[in-house]
Amino acid sequence: MADLFTLEIISPERIFYKGEVKFLEMTTSEGEIGVYKNHIPMTNILAPGIVTIHEENEVKEAAVHSGFVVILQDSVKIMAEVVEWPDEIDEARAREAKIRAERRLAEGGDAIDIDRAELALKRSIARIRLSEHRK
Amino acid sequence: MASMRDIQRRKVSVQSTGQITKAMKLVSTVKLQKARQRVENTKPYFNEMYAAVTSILARSGNVQHKYLKSYEDKKKAVIVISSNRGLAGGYNSNIVKLLTNNPEFSKDKVVVYNVGRKGRDTLVRKGYEIREDFSDAVENPLFTDAMQISATVLKAFESGEIGEIYVAYTEFKNTVSHVPTLKKLLPVEASDVEIKDEQKNILMNYEPGEEEVLDVIIPKYISSLIFGGLTEAVASENGARMVAMDSATTNADEMISSLSLLYNRARQASITQELTEIIAGAEAIG
Repeated sequence: MADLFTLEIISPERIFYKGEVKFLEMTTSEGEIGVYKNHIPMTNILAPGIVTIHEENEVKEAAVHSGFVVILQDSVKIMAEVVEWPDEIDEARAREAKIRAERRLAEGGDAIDIDRAELALKRSIARIRLSEHRK
Repeated sequence: MASMRDIQRRKVSVQSTGQITKAMKLVSTVKLQKARQRVENTKPYFNEMYAAVTSILARSGNVQHKYLKSYEDKKKAVIVISSNRGLAGGYNSNIVKLLTNNPEFSKDKVVVYNVGRKGRDTLVRKGYEIREDFSDAVENPLFTDAMQISATVLKAFESGEIGEIYVAYTEFKNTVSHVPTLKKLLPVEASDVEIKDEQKNILMNYEPGEEEVLDVIIPKYISSLIFGGLTEAVASENGARMVAMDSATTNADEMISSLSLLYNRARQASITQELTEIIAGAEAIG
């Protein structure tokens, strides 16, 4: 049996996921990281992207938009403001959002607008990638 | 003594009012149950958020950060959460009193970010400055509403317009007990923070750095506090309305029974009078 640790994904509306996992992949603001049991304690900021949960016999994926992760040796907690399973994503809407965000970026504007458009773009890309995986 | 018809009319009107209050009580009972469920669901997120923020602050209490500095001479921002509808007993006026009865929060020291139409009306009448209004959020608070509110107040905080941020909402203890509460959101005070022993022993690393992590986490913490305030306020509102409507129904029942008594007495009196008249008439003829 592989070494397992507890993973909790908590969103404001519900406890999104709770279970024993052996490996976890996610995108932080510094880049992609993978976590096994006995990781060094660390708090990271999450970038919009896909979290891949490797359970003992199964692999699950979820899209996370904005949040942070607290990694301890035997447990990991992801605090996400918005988190979705693939079947909760509306792909058509995500594609639309991507186009909108790209247009806003092309137009330019002040710095805050660009930041927001970039975030929106990242979110929509994460959603689209995830719903394509499912097919 | 009032005539039979007058009493009857009153009785019918009280009865229909009683029916309305009874229906309103049932509606708010159902809404309360839903709202309570939501409060329960938001608790884990809030608790974890609180734990994360406190453990960072406890370790880095001396960090100079824009969200930790206090500016007491500037205006205070208060997010006031009341309701859009009345008939909830003292629910709305208790929230407003939190501000009006506190000299620290007199109208020249405060800007209000308002949620809930009833509270807004009273605050406007008392002369408070309403900077922005988010009353639509109160019916069914979404997390995006909380995010929007916190983004607005944080922007004002960062631009230096306001020096402190508070939230005034009604804490939901249980179905009958709701406590109006005024809570300070910003600046976060490191001295208020209690820390669990188990957290002390962990040597936590922060990526990219403590300050950047605080930059990201504190706005989220504020949003989660506001969201918690919104959900609790909705539960309290429905709880307060349920209690108010319950006592209104009881009062209506009491009135109906005393009116029935009066009505019966009046009916008996009129029968007696009629009988006396008939007998007197018969005697006169005979």
